[in-house]
Amino acid sequence: MTSADASARIRERFGVEPTAEGGALGVALPRERWLTFGRFASDELGCRYFNWLSAIDWKDQGLEVLCRVENLDAGLVVTARTKLGAGETRCASLVPVWRGADWMERECYDMFGVVFEGHPDPRRILLAEDWEGHPLRKNYAVDTPLAPYR
Amino acid sequence: MAVDARQIVEIGYGGSERLTMNMGPQHPSAHGVFRAVLTLEGETVVAVDAVIGYLHRCHEKLGETLTYVQYPSIASKTDYVAAMTSELAYVSAVEKLGTFEVPKRAQYLRVIAAELQRIASHCLWLGTWCMDMGGALGGGATVFLYCIRERELILDRFEELTGARLLYGFHQVGGTRYDVPAGWDAKVRETLDVIEQRIDEYEAMLEGNPFFLARARGVGVISRALAEEVGVSGPLIRGSGVSYDIRRAEPYSSYPDFDFRVPVETAGDCYARYRVRMVEFRESIKIVRQALDGLPAGPISSRPGVKSVGQIRVPKGEAYARIEGARGEVGCYLVSDGGPKPYRMKWRGASFSNLAVLPHIIPGHKVADVVAIMGSVDPVFGEVDR
Repeated sequence: MTSADASARIRERFGVEPTAEGGALGVALPRERWLTFGRFASDELGCRYFNWLSAIDWKDQGLEVLCRVENLDAGLVVTARTKLGAGETRCASLVPVWRGADWMERECYDMFGVVFEGHPDPRRILLAEDWEGHPLRKNYAVDTPLAPYR
Repeated sequence: MAVDARQIVEIGYGGSERLTMNMGPQHPSAHGVFRAVLTLEGETVVAVDAVIGYLHRCHEKLGETLTYVQYPSIASKTDYVAAMTSELAYVSAVEKLGTFEVPKRAQYLRVIAAELQRIASHCLWLGTWCMDMGGALGGGATVFLYCIRERELILDRFEELTGARLLYGFHQVGGTRYDVPAGWDAKVRETLDVIEQRIDEYEAMLEGNPFFLARARGVGVISRALAEEVGVSGPLIRGSGVSYDIRRAEPYSSYPDFDFRVPVETAGDCYARYRVRMVEFRESIKIVRQALDGLPAGPISSRPGVKSVGQIRVPKGEAYARIEGARGEVGCYLVSDGGPKPYRMKWRGASFSNLAVLPHIIPGHKVADVVAIMGSVDPVFGEVDR
């Protein structure tokens, strides 16, 4: 599975043109096809290695979730991304495909408030359970006062 | 009513009731602050809930508030046991974003620093892990004290190089901040000779010890499929039969210039991870010697000294740079909007992904094995919680 093969398959199945992002294939997907693409990447592209998942807050344009998966034998790296849309926080969970998505998605929920649908254990992971807000959102000020200790 | 002190309380315990036990957050074997909520049936763990975040400082938010010049010195505080590597990951990402040249001499110095750091970090890992497994290894702290003795030698070399022993501020965008002092090269070679010999001693001490073997062999097996799915890296994935090392998969700095071996073990247990790291000790020594032999002359940075904190500007865009740290893949993802500070910064901490494998491998083991498994993962909580 070379990078060119993978590009052709992605183009054929998803109708999007993969971009070269510094050695990785960048694939921008609609939100509805996130999980479908995850299964495709894992089963057909052989990307069994789940590297990381995170998000970017594009302010008015809403959140973008991205994840990096790899096929270690072929040296193939895919960075998939999806824009959730303004005000939207729901995204399909990738835990059914890669168990490694579990903690990564919990962190993404904790920091950005992205709600991963189908996640088996959607709790905060780094912050306290009763924390208010999601610190990596752009509207969360750095000097937000701490809630008083209870 | 007076309580009859002689009254015998009988506890009916058949071993099938479940007990929830907190391990941590201040458990000595956690090497930091980590809480494992264990569900036990007798001595056997049936489920584990790993609670992390006690050391969370929101580095990623902090990264958005500091300029490209300011942040590298904070970057070392993610993985404070291998500060050289986390600094390097951040500056590499900035260099990718802005396409900064790095002079050859600086590339070699980066490799020397990174490999010495790997040796120091593995020393701390071996010592603490053996201490976790306790009395069976000849009186608890024996191996720990030996390892710390060797780690000190490397910290001395780092102190001579950078003036600091733990958090260095050695790397900067475009090169390194310090050049090697006079006579440093000979001292490093001497240190490496000492450590090389001591590694043989550790091996003789441990591998001939039936208690050590009983506690490490067949314990905490990570299958190849699980290792990939969870995204573990470094000695963990190499202990599970995958020859995956960023220095080979996506060579950075001047690694293609050096001859070294990537050790792989297939058993996936604590012993396999131990073996991988022991070989890595020697390979790192080899690399440092080669880099010292071939250290080119020339400048150590492509940029003049920093005069103002907002000096570095990078174009709009994004970059992901990753390096092979002592614990695995340390990656930094940066998104720039063209300003003096990143729009978004993400840390891919090796320890975070490595630790995420614990809930999958611990169930079925005894409580005492939890400690051995955790130690073999070598988590640094600064990097887990960031």
